[in-house]
Amino acid sequence: MTKQQALYKYLLRLGDNPLILGHRLSEWCSRGPILEEDLALTNIALDNIGRAQAFLKYAAEVEGLGKTADDLAYKRDERSFYNNLIAELPIGDFAYTIARQLLIAVFEQLQFTDLSKSSNETIAGIAAKSLKEVRYHVAHARDWCYRLGKGTEESHNRLQRAFNELWMYTGELFEMYDEDVILVFDGVAGDLNTLKIQYYDAVQKILNDSNIQIPVVDYMQTGSRKGIHTEYLGHILAEMQYLQRAYPDATW
Amino acid sequence: MNTVDVIADFTHKIENDLNIEPKDQMPEKYRLHLIRQISQHAHSEVIGMQPEGNWITRAPSLRAKQILLAKIQDEGGHGLYLYSAAETLGISREEMLEQLHSGKAKYSNIFNYPALTWADIGAIGWLVDGAAIVNQVSLQRTSYGPYARAMVRICKEESFHQRQGYEIMANMMKGTEAQKAMAQDAMNRWWWPSLMMFGPHDSDSPHAGDAFAWKIKRKSNDELRQKFIDKTVQQAEVIGLTVPDPELKWNEAKEGYDHGEINWEEFKRVINGNGPCNKQRMTHHIQMHQEGAWVREAAAAYAKQQS
Repeated sequence: MTKQQALYKYLLRLGDNPLILGHRLSEWCSRGPILEEDLALTNIALDNIGRAQAFLKYAAEVEGLGKTADDLAYKRDERSFYNNLIAELPIGDFAYTIARQLLIAVFEQLQFTDLSKSSNETIAGIAAKSLKEVRYHVAHARDWCYRLGKGTEESHNRLQRAFNELWMYTGELFEMYDEDVILVFDGVAGDLNTLKIQYYDAVQKILNDSNIQIPVVDYMQTGSRKGIHTEYLGHILAEMQYLQRAYPDATW
Repeated sequence: MNTVDVIADFTHKIENDLNIEPKDQMPEKYRLHLIRQISQHAHSEVIGMQPEGNWITRAPSLRAKQILLAKIQDEGGHGLYLYSAAETLGISREEMLEQLHSGKAKYSNIFNYPALTWADIGAIGWLVDGAAIVNQVSLQRTSYGPYARAMVRICKEESFHQRQGYEIMANMMKGTEAQKAMAQDAMNRWWWPSLMMFGPHDSDSPHAGDAFAWKIKRKSNDELRQKFIDKTVQQAEVIGLTVPDPELKWNEAKEGYDHGEINWEEFKRVINGNGPCNKQRMTHHIQMHQEGAWVREAAAAYAKQQS
């Protein structure tokens, strides 16, 4: 793997995560438990799609084949997507969505804090901008964890169940792959292993404050670094890419 | 103040084009008229999120997806201001939602039509928001202060919505034959329902008398409809879309277009619940509201613990 290939794939990871999570969050439109939450979740979706566009635009430049961010979002096949599995899981109930938001946003806050110091200025710039948004995403998810965790027995049980189901997807967030090794050496990417302790500390503190037990799992799911996904991703892409695929000569 | 003074004070304000404010005393019929109109307006913004939300995940570019997400958020935000404006008249959001679910409160009929293709997102922005703006601009001078101020804010955002809808249509009309056909098809389906948004002819408009006297309504349905037609026909011509009305023609004397008759039977049928999506829109809203009950209960229980 060359440095250019490593950077390209790393940028796809950074772009695909918000693209796919943004897709899932968009599904909440007109489905929120109150109008304010409908707006909050679609607002977070919008932040994610904006970030996806920034990273995919840069990925296309690095690839150097004259493609656009849209080409990468709309014309890549499933096996060339590198988002973490947790982003593509269905929205579930509101507790499930909130638990996923917390698990992803806490990670992203640490990751973008780190990447805002990247030796690559474009990455550092996008990371610094994203960090402002992600701080809000963390606060939003955290406050809902408190409300649901301590609210009623039903909300507590739903949130506990959501964390139990999602916990095995958190290991993948820290997996270091070939591209990481190359890019960490040059100070482009951060060492994900160094974030792990802080991550679980931060999440556990919020869960404790929400009366939620820390789930115990004996296996962490894996696959996305190799482009191996859950069955859900194919359906997301079928929906997302349909107009671009059905009318390949059209520009919109 | 006794009743006579209340009426005299109210009438004085209306005659002098002074806004009525929440603290002011007002005739009960005025209050109820406003609750009906503002809550219907709020519900329309919220129900309108359904046909548009239906296309976010299929938007054909990242830019289009972001614009649509932002637009739908604006619509939801308008719903929030309008619910708040109605709350100043002594009704809660929960009560308004109950009235929506029971069928007592209405929402704009236009959202009982389906958004079938991507061009429909263009047509909704351009035609539906375009028609809404014509109405809302006139409501910026409505007599109830909170409603008038909400309209000022809403109009600014709606004009952005209309431009984005028009841009979708314009781009498609510059595109492939399939795109042009898709745009024209959307135009054909949305034109007449958009004209219906202004309501019945003035001669058949049941609530208009009091609304004019109270200066809630400033321009008649037919005046507003004419204004919309005159500006929109020209926009259609610029990008090569055909208005699906063979009787449409410029009338030099009135300096406006004459148009064919609206299908009022369809209008009544859709208002009475038999439009293509009436049941689906309401079932969805009720179902989502019910599914969210446990979240609202949790939030309320937590807030109580914290107080």
